[in-house]
Amino acid sequence: MTRSIRKVLAKESSDPRREISLSVNGEAVTRSVSTRLLLADFLRHELGLTGTHVGCEHGVCGCCTVSIDGATARSCLTLAVQADGAEIRTIEGVAPAPDILHPVQQAFHECHALQCGFCTPGFIMSVVSYFEENENPDLGEDAIRDALSGNLCRCTGYQNIVKAVRRAHELMSGEA
Amino acid sequence: MATAMFGERVQRLADAKLVRGEGRYIDDIPLEGALHVAFVRSPFARAKILSIDCDAAREMDGVAAVYTCDDLGRLDLEMPLLIPHPSLTEPRTQRPLAKGEVFHVGQTVAMVVAVDRYTAEDAIRMVDVDYEPLEVELDLEAAIKVDAPRVHADVANNVAAQFVQTVGDPDDAFARAEHITKIKVQVDRSTAAPLECRAIAARWDDITGELMVWDGTQAPISVRGGLASILGLDEDKVRVTAPDVGGGFGQKVLLFYPDELLVPFAAMQLGRPVKYIEDRNENFIGSSQERTQIHELELAATKDGEVLGLRDSFLHDTGAFIPYGIAIAQVASTSIAGPYRVPNIWVEFKAVYTPTVLVTPYRGCGRPQACFAIERAMDKLADELGLDRFEVRRRNLIRDEDFPYRRDGLVFADGLPLEHDSGQYGKALDMVLEHIGVDAFAAEQEAARAEGRYIGLGLGFYVEGTGLGPYEGSHIRIHPITGKVYVNTGLTCQGQGHETVFAQITADQLGVAVGDVIVVEGDTGVFDWGVATFASRAAVVSGNAIHKTALKVREQVLEAAANMLEAAKEDIVLEDGKAFVNGVPDMAVTLAEVATASNPLRYAFNEAAKTSTQFAPAFNHDGPALGEGDAPGLEATDYYSPPHATWAYGVHAAIIEVDPGLCSVKFKRYICVHDCGRMINPTLVEGQIMGGVAQGVGGAHYERIEYDEDGNPRNANFMDFLMPYASEVPPVEILHLETPSPLNPLGVKGVGEAGCIPVGQVLVSGVADALKPLGIGPLEHVPLTPDMIFQALGGEKDE
Repeated sequence: MTRSIRKVLAKESSDPRREISLSVNGEAVTRSVSTRLLLADFLRHELGLTGTHVGCEHGVCGCCTVSIDGATARSCLTLAVQADGAEIRTIEGVAPAPDILHPVQQAFHECHALQCGFCTPGFIMSVVSYFEENENPDLGEDAIRDALSGNLCRCTGYQNIVKAVRRAHELMSGEA
Repeated sequence: MATAMFGERVQRLADAKLVRGEGRYIDDIPLEGALHVAFVRSPFARAKILSIDCDAAREMDGVAAVYTCDDLGRLDLEMPLLIPHPSLTEPRTQRPLAKGEVFHVGQTVAMVVAVDRYTAEDAIRMVDVDYEPLEVELDLEAAIKVDAPRVHADVANNVAAQFVQTVGDPDDAFARAEHITKIKVQVDRSTAAPLECRAIAARWDDITGELMVWDGTQAPISVRGGLASILGLDEDKVRVTAPDVGGGFGQKVLLFYPDELLVPFAAMQLGRPVKYIEDRNENFIGSSQERTQIHELELAATKDGEVLGLRDSFLHDTGAFIPYGIAIAQVASTSIAGPYRVPNIWVEFKAVYTPTVLVTPYRGCGRPQACFAIERAMDKLADELGLDRFEVRRRNLIRDEDFPYRRDGLVFADGLPLEHDSGQYGKALDMVLEHIGVDAFAAEQEAARAEGRYIGLGLGFYVEGTGLGPYEGSHIRIHPITGKVYVNTGLTCQGQGHETVFAQITADQLGVAVGDVIVVEGDTGVFDWGVATFASRAAVVSGNAIHKTALKVREQVLEAAANMLEAAKEDIVLEDGKAFVNGVPDMAVTLAEVATASNPLRYAFNEAAKTSTQFAPAFNHDGPALGEGDAPGLEATDYYSPPHATWAYGVHAAIIEVDPGLCSVKFKRYICVHDCGRMINPTLVEGQIMGGVAQGVGGAHYERIEYDEDGNPRNANFMDFLMPYASEVPPVEILHLETPSPLNPLGVKGVGEAGCIPVGQVLVSGVADALKPLGIGPLEHVPLTPDMIFQALGGEKDE
């Protein structure tokens, strides 16, 4: 292949930009972002928090689930500028310490509730908020499956994820 | 003796990073200055391209380049036909970018490379393509008629391949038949829909002339070979690695998708890293799909239900192109007799072009269709003869004493004769019926009917040829510093847990903790002999290669440790990362020490290394440090090549409740008896089965790729393509049977695809059983939708 003369290539788009300030996993962040940048892309590519995954970009699969001001949300349906001033929590902010897993993470591991792992951060964010929003969570089969029904998994068949929800509850209640 | 790790429910080694969101999928890899690709795709199923105008797009801010086929040089080609076959007389493969015409909605017409995906997507809308739409035929049966519109102008009847295989004397069997059952069944198109869409990134290094490619492929070694030959590079200068991959299910085994060639090409041309991260819509319209087949099957039987012969003629939809050859149809045709003896078989297929995205294997690969056809036929045969459907199966199952059971005349997808190697088919059937309580069920069904509820028992038996060749290999090394064991193999993982089961196999031979075995796979920079992950073959083919290699390294360790401990080799025990003399655990050396001592050194870089330097007492002072033919360190390479596929099997049964008013169905119980030979890790086996069943439930009831009559996909998104959530998938009760395969040292068979195979039959037979008192008509088509149930109950078709 003959080598062509290298062109001068732009480093970033000419999109209009705006400065946003927000808190991500407890850390204050101020960045200038393209006004159409999705929150998921902001977290992943601007902040390097690549644990938030993008599986469909239309709000169905749940891989991009994060918490915005305490509410579970799809970061693929949210613009970064909409998160200005918000408190965001991502999968990277779930474990209490680098060498300790959150009980939900631990339960997913113990119960073989993940295979390829692509949907897993989204599931874990949903399950963590299920426990945070319900002091006495309903651990019946239908209730758990209902709580999980905002996230798609193509590998596990969900059965072990259901099991992991119960196991996480045991771990959090000190019944380990 | 320490507990063997083989067979243990070892927790996965890969999880710790994945649950923290620290996996590294392709779009997670930081590539400074990366450019992003988006494609202009055809909006027509068939059309001539009259002109393409890229000027406006090229002038946009942030656009680095726009390519059409005219800008590709040597890459403006028909992509490789991967698996040629004599029956494939009219092979057509896709081009990286369309040239003069398009063959399906979604085909790549032009490629934009820009600073980010947002800008690239803006630019594709500025590319002006003038099309002249052509006539199309989407219906498979109409497509093979003489006057049907053609997908490829020079392929009459749209038939790419036609193939017949015969076992015994089927004509004689049909002449002798006391009863003939005829059935026509259809399975519709679905898609793998891995949660991570396909993705590829490439970086060209101007200084070294090396091309680094990150590709979510199931076949990196093959991609490397293809890239090197098509781009005209030395193989050594191309490294292809599949990092963490978010599911594959067959869709990612095809090479080449247009982006797999064009992204490396653009990276070389533009001198910046380039990436293409497929979005969900593109995955629906640009990445391969599978399943549509129409079978017309006949069984010749005695009045007692013994099947004497089988004839099957089927149409296989291959989409617009057939780069993967006849593999799917061949698997379906050779699996058509299922678990039954059937001594006389005639099976024919035509692979038919349709103006739709191409068809290549998706988990199951022809097996779900074959299973649906034979199992519906067995139910119908029993019905027509007034016999119990389970008893008819029992009379025809391959008996324990029949193994190995060969079907002379059938050549399987590995090019080798078809032989069911081992199994206990009758026992599997008995187990599932006993577990579901078939005797008590009749009374439950009656009682439910009295309350106006309709429950039915569905059952499907499947077989699966797994562990196909040609071969895989393995390299194992014990690291002299840490004593950790490094294992490499050429195929790839998309979440199956290879790193854990391969570590278990290795740990057993080398006496180390599973966590001290580090498995690296799918990286041509590390190990580049091998094929790919497909056909439920990783545990069988790579697993046995690793086992054989570990045995070799074990011998090396025993020999070296015996020398160090001045003991007989037979007395050395390997346990807990140490070698010691049997009964004298204090006389021990660590594997790191053994590895270090096996490597003559000049420099003492740590304590252990001192014993191996040139003035140390243990050093050989009488001649060369390494004897003739010796190699330093503890390492070996070996390969496993199966004699032919090993056949796994199983039976699924379910209790299904149907609401005839709403035509809705609910799985009350779902039971799976399966046999994949010796299980390396039952927890992971169960994970494969449960995931397979979920995918099967999708294909049985929810998931159908829909095209309108002009060939436009109507549900190319997750809102309209109904993938089951947790609320739709039943819990699966799994019962294991373990009949070792006699074909390989570990006695294992594959299990990756098993779960999905019989689910269509389980659902449909259960619904038929439930609604029998309402006089439901034949159910011979999946996915079985509420509307189809409504029509089978005599309802008017809703047009």
